[in-house]
Amino acid sequence: MPRSYKELREVIENKDRGLREKVMSLTEAIHLIQDGDHVAAGGCHYSRTPMAAIWELIRQKKKDLVYSRSISSTEGDLLLVAEATKHVITSWFSPGVTWGVSRAMRHYIQEKLAIYEEWSHMSLGLRYRAGAMGIPFIPTRVMLGSDLFPRLPELKEMECPYTGEKLALVPALNPNVAILHTQRCDPYGNVQSEGLPFMDQDIAGASDKVIITTERIISNDQVRRSPDRTSIPFFQVDAVVEVPYGCLPHECYGYYEPDFSHMDYYVKLMMGKGPEGVKEYLDQYVYAPESWTDYLEMLKFGDILRATTDGRSVYND
Amino acid sequence: MSDYNPAELTVIMGSRALQDGQIIFAGAGLPLLSAIHAQKMHAPSLAILFEVGGVAPRITSLPRSTNEARSVRRSVATPATIDMMLYLQRGFVDVGFLGGAQIDRHGNINSSCIGTLEKPKVRLPGSGGANDIASSANRVFIISYHEKRRFVEKVDFVTSPGFLEGGQAREKTGLMGGGVEKVITNLGIMEFDKNSRSMTLTAVHPGITEEEVREKTGFELPVAEDLKTTTPPSEEELRSLRALDPEKRYLKAGDF
Repeated sequence: MPRSYKELREVIENKDRGLREKVMSLTEAIHLIQDGDHVAAGGCHYSRTPMAAIWELIRQKKKDLVYSRSISSTEGDLLLVAEATKHVITSWFSPGVTWGVSRAMRHYIQEKLAIYEEWSHMSLGLRYRAGAMGIPFIPTRVMLGSDLFPRLPELKEMECPYTGEKLALVPALNPNVAILHTQRCDPYGNVQSEGLPFMDQDIAGASDKVIITTERIISNDQVRRSPDRTSIPFFQVDAVVEVPYGCLPHECYGYYEPDFSHMDYYVKLMMGKGPEGVKEYLDQYVYAPESWTDYLEMLKFGDILRATTDGRSVYND
Repeated sequence: MSDYNPAELTVIMGSRALQDGQIIFAGAGLPLLSAIHAQKMHAPSLAILFEVGGVAPRITSLPRSTNEARSVRRSVATPATIDMMLYLQRGFVDVGFLGGAQIDRHGNINSSCIGTLEKPKVRLPGSGGANDIASSANRVFIISYHEKRRFVEKVDFVTSPGFLEGGQAREKTGLMGGGVEKVITNLGIMEFDKNSRSMTLTAVHPGITEEEVREKTGFELPVAEDLKTTTPPSEEELRSLRALDPEKRYLKAGDF
């Protein structure tokens, strides 16, 4: 059942929203997530994925999460196989077009070990936006007539009271915790992102708590020199964690492209052995390393260098 | 005559269907290749929009996904995903360019599951923005490899609505976008009858017979009285296309 507006509002009213430092460790930040929470991840597909946060929540053995994201890539496989979630809300779920349909996703969904609640990309985005607006739903002109419609009991149809037109109504989505990765953030949680904004702003506004992982922590003065770049203000943010290369093997605009050779390696393992391959990957790359830095050390420096060179090239010409 | 494979032929036919000055939504893979190719050949001011990407990028290196950094290259704007989708709902997008695992007589597209959603034989990745594009674009082009298992009487699941059961069924649901206008495959081009909204073969590619198309279609496919034959890809079109995908990630021989 969706929570009442009163309840959602009380959570915001009662939390410390002051202009204070919120810098903490990855471990501490992920402690803000409780078993059973709805966790929404920012970015999209293999771009600006909060991979370090996901990696840490798997290590902390979070259970029964509802996981939502605009489009899910390899991180969705990891969450399913680690049994952190049995309920994924997204619009598209596989590593990427050239890598084929995820065998891990197919296994979990086809064997009914987990639910993939499929919304169209726009309807899911509107759900976060309604959540951020503090309203119960948004009308839209998509989803009508499709077979997705009858599969989603929360989706309703209405006749517009002004025009008489048929419209679909998508209900607000208010996650308990948002995990978002960005390029720059100050210690108070003022987020300045580059490249595509994705759905991050709406997710931050819709969620009870927001965890920011960032490539760099910049000073509050830096933020004040370019306030027009701020996409998420401090009062929406509960934790700030500096995690350079926090999206790898996914990409972070202007900093690095995906580590394609590691993605190829993962996909080969996952497509070859299914969930067993993902388990092997989790053992090796998620559970075994002692820290995110140790995990990064397991990737090949030459691959990261290439990803970084290509990623930074957007500023070259 | 030039030698070309089915993917190359289809992408070039898709490219020719696009016009200069149009605003289009393209998915990763073949639709995107058609769009970039059209920009190079005859539609320099064609503006490509991605469901999660930049506005009118100048793509230099083919992205594997439409939301990655490469798809933003030299864009004029990088809107939030939902704002990009709202351009579509507001009516700014001339053409939505889609593919799908199954396509039926009335242009409905399935990218969710083979079998039922409750008991799928194969769970597919899902709608992404396809439902939104099919719902709201002024017109939709579908690009696909032509085979019986893809062109079915009725899709297992309507992820993205075409003309639903045909006739006025689409309009009755409240959908405002124009629906599917063309289906472009490696065998020919299909359009939709104005009344029944059923797929009709209107053109075959050089060397392809009407019988071959009908044989590879999983439903009874009517043929237009004035059936046309398309002009084969030129050397220049092929050269320009091959330069876009030197690793042959999308333009490999065989099906696609």
